[in-house]
Amino acid sequence: MSATTEQTAEPTGRLSTVRVLATNPVTVVSAVVLAAVVVVALLAPWVAPYGVNAVDVANALQPPSAAHWFGTDDLGRDLFSRVVVAARVSLQVAVVSVAFAFVVGVAVGVVSGYVGGVVDTVLMRVVDVMFAFPVLLLALAIVAILQPGMATTMLAIGIVYTPIFARVARASTLSVRNEPYVQVARTMGVSGRSILGRHVLPNITGPLIVQTSLSLAFAILSEAALSFLGLGIQPPAPSWGGMLFAAQGFLSQAWWMSVFPGAAIFVTVLAFNLLGDGLRDVLDPKQRTLIESRRRR
Amino acid sequence: MRLSPRQVAAFLGRRLLFSAVVLLGVLVLVFLLVQLVPGDPIRLALGTRYTQEAYDALRAASGLDRPLGEQFLSYVGSALTGDLGVSFRSGEPVTQLLLQRLPATVSLALVGIGIALLIAVPAGIWSALHEGRVSDAIIRVTSQLGVSVPDFWMGMLLILLFSTTLGLLPSSGYVPITEDVGGWARRVALPGLTVGLVAAAIMTRYIRSAVLEVASMSYVRTARSKGLPAGVVVGRHVLRNALVPVLTIAGIQLATILGGVIVVEVVFAWPGLGRLVYDSVAARDYSMIQGSVLLIAVMFLLINLLVDVLYALVDPRIRLA
Repeated sequence: MSATTEQTAEPTGRLSTVRVLATNPVTVVSAVVLAAVVVVALLAPWVAPYGVNAVDVANALQPPSAAHWFGTDDLGRDLFSRVVVAARVSLQVAVVSVAFAFVVGVAVGVVSGYVGGVVDTVLMRVVDVMFAFPVLLLALAIVAILQPGMATTMLAIGIVYTPIFARVARASTLSVRNEPYVQVARTMGVSGRSILGRHVLPNITGPLIVQTSLSLAFAILSEAALSFLGLGIQPPAPSWGGMLFAAQGFLSQAWWMSVFPGAAIFVTVLAFNLLGDGLRDVLDPKQRTLIESRRRR
Repeated sequence: MRLSPRQVAAFLGRRLLFSAVVLLGVLVLVFLLVQLVPGDPIRLALGTRYTQEAYDALRAASGLDRPLGEQFLSYVGSALTGDLGVSFRSGEPVTQLLLQRLPATVSLALVGIGIALLIAVPAGIWSALHEGRVSDAIIRVTSQLGVSVPDFWMGMLLILLFSTTLGLLPSSGYVPITEDVGGWARRVALPGLTVGLVAAAIMTRYIRSAVLEVASMSYVRTARSKGLPAGVVVGRHVLRNALVPVLTIAGIQLATILGGVIVVEVVFAWPGLGRLVYDSVAARDYSMIQGSVLLIAVMFLLINLLVDVLYALVDPRIRLA
């Protein structure tokens, strides 16, 4: 560990978290894979060898080759270029929708948990009602109300994942609320808002970070499902789900059309899930003690 | 300590009240669905078939010409008696259309949960009892992979393998089980496997941790230290107590499948509720969307209620706080 010398400069808690994370090879690999996906998505216009909508009918349904790494689709478009550009779309939708769910959900959950009483009861019943709908069904209903498109997709997925953040934030707030340092702050007359900002929020970040990583995985799956149904990202913009829908008609002629976009979803979702699991092991205190006690046995 | 019948009754009463409150919220949300549509939902639903007469007739039939409060009360009243109005598209009763589609979805969900249990129960228990060994690692990795696979992609890969390449099973279509058991079985195999494999991945992880948790309990340690044979400890103490969480996850998964098979039904052209939701959204048939969303949400609520009730009855340790 070469980091020992720098340890004094940083709060030891945070440093040890990163160090524990770095000792888990699965977490490291998934973080590296995700970083690669993000870099490719950001540099998509430069990485993609062909235009996403460059139609070349003469070369339609070509299997993977040196010229077309992932082959071509029924219009002769380069699948590698489309998968790369779709990564950007997918990540963008996932990040924006999870950010929405995070902000709204955490605000609702923290207020609910901290204030308690009637406010808590009402907010949590609303959350219960939202939990009564399966995720994709609720997203579809929202898309049915609004016009399908990128903004609607982001909003629909954002709304659907808000309740889970509200529950996680509320549960964490409840456990922090009665900690001595919060009670001391309250007796000293510190205002509710600054107790929330200075004491509660910083102490519930662990479970929220874990939830964020897992939600990003689910958001990518949801976007792919919506786009597959033709109700998410609209063509001609490329999306992994939309590409899979198009591939359905060519399953027997062009396996590559269904394999590569699906594999892109799979790898990205898997990386977010594994990272989330790795983060949970380190950041979620209850889980952490469990792991440590097991390691000791 | 066993619960007194009064305690159980009190718990059931509270749980029922909670479900009723959530159901009311669900009704409000489903009712608002049509109101929230920007523009005129009837005009949108009629599309190119628009005539003033058709418009007036549908508007009066759907009750959308009345004040909001009155509309809501009449909607709830009708819904509670099973009347969900008529489809904006076909003019047929929504309830009748839903009931026609229900058997296909229920049969697919039951096959899916059956396959999931057949895989997840042995895999989860084995994994927990062999914690840290190679077989545990293989099961954990496989289930992690399964959790990350989009179900519709899994379906396409299964079609690619079993239909297109091997020619063993049909890739789409549906025959009611009452008409032709063999034909139904051949057609439900691939969609059932798709649903089942994804659910199995989630359930395996859950069952593994449930068994591990029970195995770390003090009464298991006591049983072990009494010198009971490992098989007896596992059978009598660990598995029996792990049954409750298994029941819970199976119920939750069944509810999830019933509401989440939309994409799988589209991939396999399976004429169930999910396919109906999809078609209704595409056709902007709002009364149909309302009806199917309500039915699925109610099934979801009922199964969760049932799971909680069973949980309370099976597990004497449940805290009725």
